[in-house]
Amino acid sequence: MAGSTYNTPSDYIGHHLAFNEVSFGDHPFWTMHVDSVVMAVLLGLVSMGLIWLVARKATAGVPTKTQAFIELLFGFIDDQVKTSFHGDRHAFIAPAALTVFVWVLMMNAMDFLPIDIMATIYNKLFHVEYWRNVPTSDVNTTFALALGVWFLMIYFGIKVHGIKGWLHDLFCAPFGSNPFVWPANFLFNIIEYVSKPLSHSLRLFGNMYAGEVIFLLIGMLAASGVFGVFFSAFLGAGWAIFHILIVALQAFVFMMLTVVYLSMAHAGH
Amino acid sequence: MNINFTLIAQALAFAILIWFTVRFVWPPLLKAIETRQKEIADGLAAAHEGKASLEIAEKKNQESLSISKQKSAEIISQAEKRANEIVDAAKTEAKVEADRIVAGAHSEIDQEVNRAKEALRAEVSQLALSAAEKILQKEIKKEDHSAMLTKLAKEL
Repeated sequence: MAGSTYNTPSDYIGHHLAFNEVSFGDHPFWTMHVDSVVMAVLLGLVSMGLIWLVARKATAGVPTKTQAFIELLFGFIDDQVKTSFHGDRHAFIAPAALTVFVWVLMMNAMDFLPIDIMATIYNKLFHVEYWRNVPTSDVNTTFALALGVWFLMIYFGIKVHGIKGWLHDLFCAPFGSNPFVWPANFLFNIIEYVSKPLSHSLRLFGNMYAGEVIFLLIGMLAASGVFGVFFSAFLGAGWAIFHILIVALQAFVFMMLTVVYLSMAHAGH
Repeated sequence: MNINFTLIAQALAFAILIWFTVRFVWPPLLKAIETRQKEIADGLAAAHEGKASLEIAEKKNQESLSISKQKSAEIISQAEKRANEIVDAAKTEAKVEADRIVAGAHSEIDQEVNRAKEALRAEVSQLALSAAEKILQKEIKKEDHSAMLTKLAKEL
């Protein structure tokens, strides 16, 4: 952290990757990453709040430029949902997809803020020692989102097919309804239900975490002298530009998987 | 990399955010866009309709124009025919009138000639009488010789 000195590179990295934690119980589960939650809630409020401010005054006539931009986003999400979900998408799936995309994009985009400058600001302005910018590089955040989608998946599965139909699918698909293949079916479905949230959350987490670590490694170069400063600035800029792609792509992938999982729950086997 | 209470907090935030979007953000945007789409579609349909009705009106115009042209041509030809008839009638009438006048003139001339002849005859007979009187130195009674005089006048 700016202002403090690091003895070893792992000190530097460890410091930047430490969460601002509060504990309210003995068990390690009862800790909360204040930085992740605050950043996520703040970003969610700002991004969706801005969209809401525009949507509230949306006119069917000639739109303002801001409204046109929001409508572009709306159309983009709507088109994506339309291709994979065939039903009343406006009731839930499409707005949920918009939320996921915008929120994840905003959280990912925090990676562009220069880590050491932000650390200095947090330290000097808010007097916090540990503060991580990117909520999606916290596995808790990504897993919370994936788990939310997972519950929605089960909810819609039961809602659309009924509890009997859902259980039937659990035991009688994909191999058939013969009682001998029930265990195999059930095993397959359990694997599917476990692997979906894991792959969903870990894909995003891994990408964002790796991006952050690479920024840290590049930042560390700056400690090796004047040449290192220039070189790390150059590399940092390059990685940030490439990271634009990753940030947008991962947000898009996360949104698409959400839509696909939810429409699969609607379709059933 | 450890799972803790953050998960629950974030999931809660996620749920609230989705609810907010579903309830407050998506519907007004959808309404505005769909209303505009409908307006545009209606406008396009109206334009198409207007175009079609314009075409129909043009066609009608063309038809009525050709009909009126035909009618006017008919009227003109009828009028020409009628004029010719009138002229012919007038010509024949004039001819008849002229013939009548000529015939009247002829008969009048004949009468006049006859009358003149009559007068001349009378005069000549008178002259002959007076000449005879002079020759005979005596009065010849008109009554006595009237038959002879008439016969003479007839011979003239």
